[in-house]
Amino acid sequence: MQDGNHSEHHPKLGFWRKYVFSTDHKIIGLQYMITAMAMAIIGGLLSMLMRLQLAWPTSLSPTLARLMPVAFSGGVMAPEFYISMVTMHGTIMVFFLFTAVLTGGFGNFLIPLQIGARDMAFPFLNALSYWIFLLSCIVIFSALFVTSGAPLGGWTAYAPLSAVPEFGPGQDLGMTLWITALGLFTVSGLMGGLNYVTTILTMRTKGLSMMRLPLTQWSLLITAVLGLLAFPVLLAAAILLVFDRTGGTSFFVPAGLVTQAGPVMHAGGHPLLWQHLFWFFGHPEVYIVILPAMGMASDILSTFCRKPIFSYRMMVYSMVAIAVLSFVVWGHHMFVSGMSPFLGSVFTLTTLLIAVPSAVKTFNWLGTVWGARIRFTSAALFSIGFVSMFVSGGLSGIFLGTSASDIQLQDTYFVVAHFHLVMAIAPLFAAFAGLYFWFPKMFGRFMNETLGKAHFWLTFVGVYAVFFPMHILGIGGQMRRLYDPTQYMFLQAQQPMNVFISVAAFILGAAQLIFLFNFFWSIFGGKITTEQNPWQATTLEWTTSTPAGHGNWSGELPTVHRWAFDYSVPGEAEDYLPQNSAPVVAKK
Amino acid sequence: MADGTGPGRVTPSGVALAALLLILIVASLWLFIAKPYWWTPVASQQGADIDFIFTAVLWVTGIAFVGVQGMLGYFIARYGAKGTERASYWHDNPKAEAILLIGTAAILTVLVFMGQRVWASVYFSDVPENALTIQVTGEQFAWNFHYAGPDGAFGRQRIELISPTNTIGLDRTDPAAKDDLLSINQMHMVANRPVRVRLRSKDVIHSFFLPNLRVKQDAVPGMGIEIWFTPNLAGDYEIACAELCGLGHYRMKAFLTVDASQDVFDTWLREQTAQQ
Ligand code: HEM
Ligand SMILES: [Cu+2]
Ligand SMILES: [Cu+2]
Repeated sequence: MQDGNHSEHHPKLGFWRKYVFSTDHKIIGLQYMITAMAMAIIGGLLSMLMRLQLAWPTSLSPTLARLMPVAFSGGVMAPEFYISMVTMHGTIMVFFLFTAVLTGGFGNFLIPLQIGARDMAFPFLNALSYWIFLLSCIVIFSALFVTSGAPLGGWTAYAPLSAVPEFGPGQDLGMTLWITALGLFTVSGLMGGLNYVTTILTMRTKGLSMMRLPLTQWSLLITAVLGLLAFPVLLAAAILLVFDRTGGTSFFVPAGLVTQAGPVMHAGGHPLLWQHLFWFFGHPEVYIVILPAMGMASDILSTFCRKPIFSYRMMVYSMVAIAVLSFVVWGHHMFVSGMSPFLGSVFTLTTLLIAVPSAVKTFNWLGTVWGARIRFTSAALFSIGFVSMFVSGGLSGIFLGTSASDIQLQDTYFVVAHFHLVMAIAPLFAAFAGLYFWFPKMFGRFMNETLGKAHFWLTFVGVYAVFFPMHILGIGGQMRRLYDPTQYMFLQAQQPMNVFISVAAFILGAAQLIFLFNFFWSIFGGKITTEQNPWQATTLEWTTSTPAGHGNWSGELPTVHRWAFDYSVPGEAEDYLPQNSAPVVAKK
Repeated sequence: MADGTGPGRVTPSGVALAALLLILIVASLWLFIAKPYWWTPVASQQGADIDFIFTAVLWVTGIAFVGVQGMLGYFIARYGAKGTERASYWHDNPKAEAILLIGTAAILTVLVFMGQRVWASVYFSDVPENALTIQVTGEQFAWNFHYAGPDGAFGRQRIELISPTNTIGLDRTDPAAKDDLLSINQMHMVANRPVRVRLRSKDVIHSFFLPNLRVKQDAVPGMGIEIWFTPNLAGDYEIACAELCGLGHYRMKAFLTVDASQDVFDTWLREQTAQQ
């Protein structure tokens, strides 16, 4: 594409063009990350408030009542406020944190650097996708401050609760903002996806065949394809929902409904249509979050194990298999929804089928650690933690995929435990691993390792203390999205467990402050990176200066001669061979 | 051994993480074996089947959990970096991969079949002749239970008649409605007599959840969904709403009494009908 001396001839850019309205993929990646981090702080604070309520449902909180007089009128949290927080927390965490940070953040930052390109295929589209994303963040954030209430339909926004404003406070303007934010988000995601697919397919440097790509790149490619196929479905569903709410149509609302205020003027729609559309998007969305996490964790694990990833081919094939199957499992969210029970049987089969490639990946991670020589950096610890979380969360999925046991577990804390471990905490660990690992590439400094390890130990213990016992609450029957478990006699006995979880959650939340401090402090005060390749890794981003300048490589683009996993090759001088190191022709 | 086929160094970080994984294994085994909190007592036939399939999955996943987390901990403790020593350079083993893949698939296939037998007994079996039929209608935020009474016929319902006292719009002029009972948040059934529930909703989606009976089924507006089950343990239980339905979701609670005999049930039905 561009030629070698690109960066030297580039005119000097002012501050605004360089750091704010930049089209450089590295800056856009960082913008995504910082924005997503801000959203994570909001989402995290909401979860702390929820845990406060769940542990001590009827206690008075005068301080919070002074801060939030409406939400805590009378000193006790209002029920609609609780469900609004569930809704906002889930929405923010799934979309505005993880989808954004993994594909928008790491994807943008890493794709050109790891495939030996100077930038993305469409830099302007890339910048546009970030600005639309930022707009969607602002819209969803503003939903928290609507006087008639924030949306309370859950992150799944089931109709008709989401389709008829009279069904709850927050379902008028709040819900409109929610739909708008998601619409903008999907548009931004589509732009990003188009860019990632084109870039990875067409702009790989010389010698970088598909089967030489690092797993991070494979995962980002597959994720982008998933996004391109799934996001339009959500966008379409959101538009139909807008029509139902304001255009007088009835896609999701059947005839004959009544509210306290009287009959609802709709006829002919079907509530399950929303669920089918939402989950047809929603299940692939779960993989949009977990696949890049798998890719990054695999590469980082291999680097710090100083050992090739076990069975690279199977790693790639299993990701492709997961991606394909992810479009035919959506019904496992709907076993007791009123959908035909025959479909329930079909979706059980496909769901347990998708467990097979997931198991393959787990075996391969174990195979990677076996016989390794592990360097225990913070990044290594978090990538090992990722494997542990993925296993814990994946196994509980088998209970939920088996339709018969799901009858009892659906919509309980067993589900909350399952999806947090597998699609919230596992990706969180991979994202932390990625940040500790690529921080030098981003800022030319290291994050502090002592703080990083303290952060790891507290987080590892914390997440298990918070999320593992939730399985037990769910077996005991505690429903999710429940404002006050003590309303039910059969749940009262379990209340000490809720208190335990909340205390653990506060410690876990506090531990994240260590990370935030470390991150922002290290940008300016961290140890300066003197080497180009401080972790002795093999992938291309470490073959240019750290941090990389505009255009990524100051000279010619690197040529690739090998796969990304030549660690500990017997007989070589170093224990790693970067992808661009030429094979020795005649070896005696 | 410079090629890394031997053990690596036992590092403090490796041992610490392995120890935490061991604690995780022990703590989770304790939770699932000592059962400080567990199922509500089961009170239906299908409940026993569902608990059985849960237990089967628990064994399989439990063994996998202990095995995988344990191996991970073991490798981490054992294979720490040791000077400039190299790791092993092997990265494929098609035979082992094939065995693991086929083994996993085989185990999961068995689980699918076991699960489907239970699923079929819940959903694909005919309702016995002697079943008691109850029409259940969810609304924000209450459960309405409509009994046909001695004539076994349900009275007509009309949406215009819905009022705070006649929450389902029962048309009392319909002869079939004469002996009907509308009971709000109070459900009765008879031990060992099958129950057929016709589920509907007036407004949004609710989910009819009887924890002790292991029954959960969404009530979807615009749909009439029929399920059946057989309670087999007399007693008083709670009914919950399991699907987010609005701000009062948490208090959409009702009470279930499984009467010990048909006589006790008939008496309750007579008394209630007389009162309304
Ligand atoms: C500090 C860590 C976290 C804590 C303590 C926490 C806690 C909670 C709680 C208490 C709920 C509400 C449960 C209910 O009432 O149904 C919830 C729901 C949820 N959380 Fe988290 N969470 C955490 C992190 C995350 C992360 C990182 C994600 C990222 C995907 C996430 C995604 C969700 C989703 C999707 C829901 C469901 C929302 C809904 O029901 O609509 N959480 N979380
Ligand atoms: Cu309800
Ligand atoms: Cu409800």
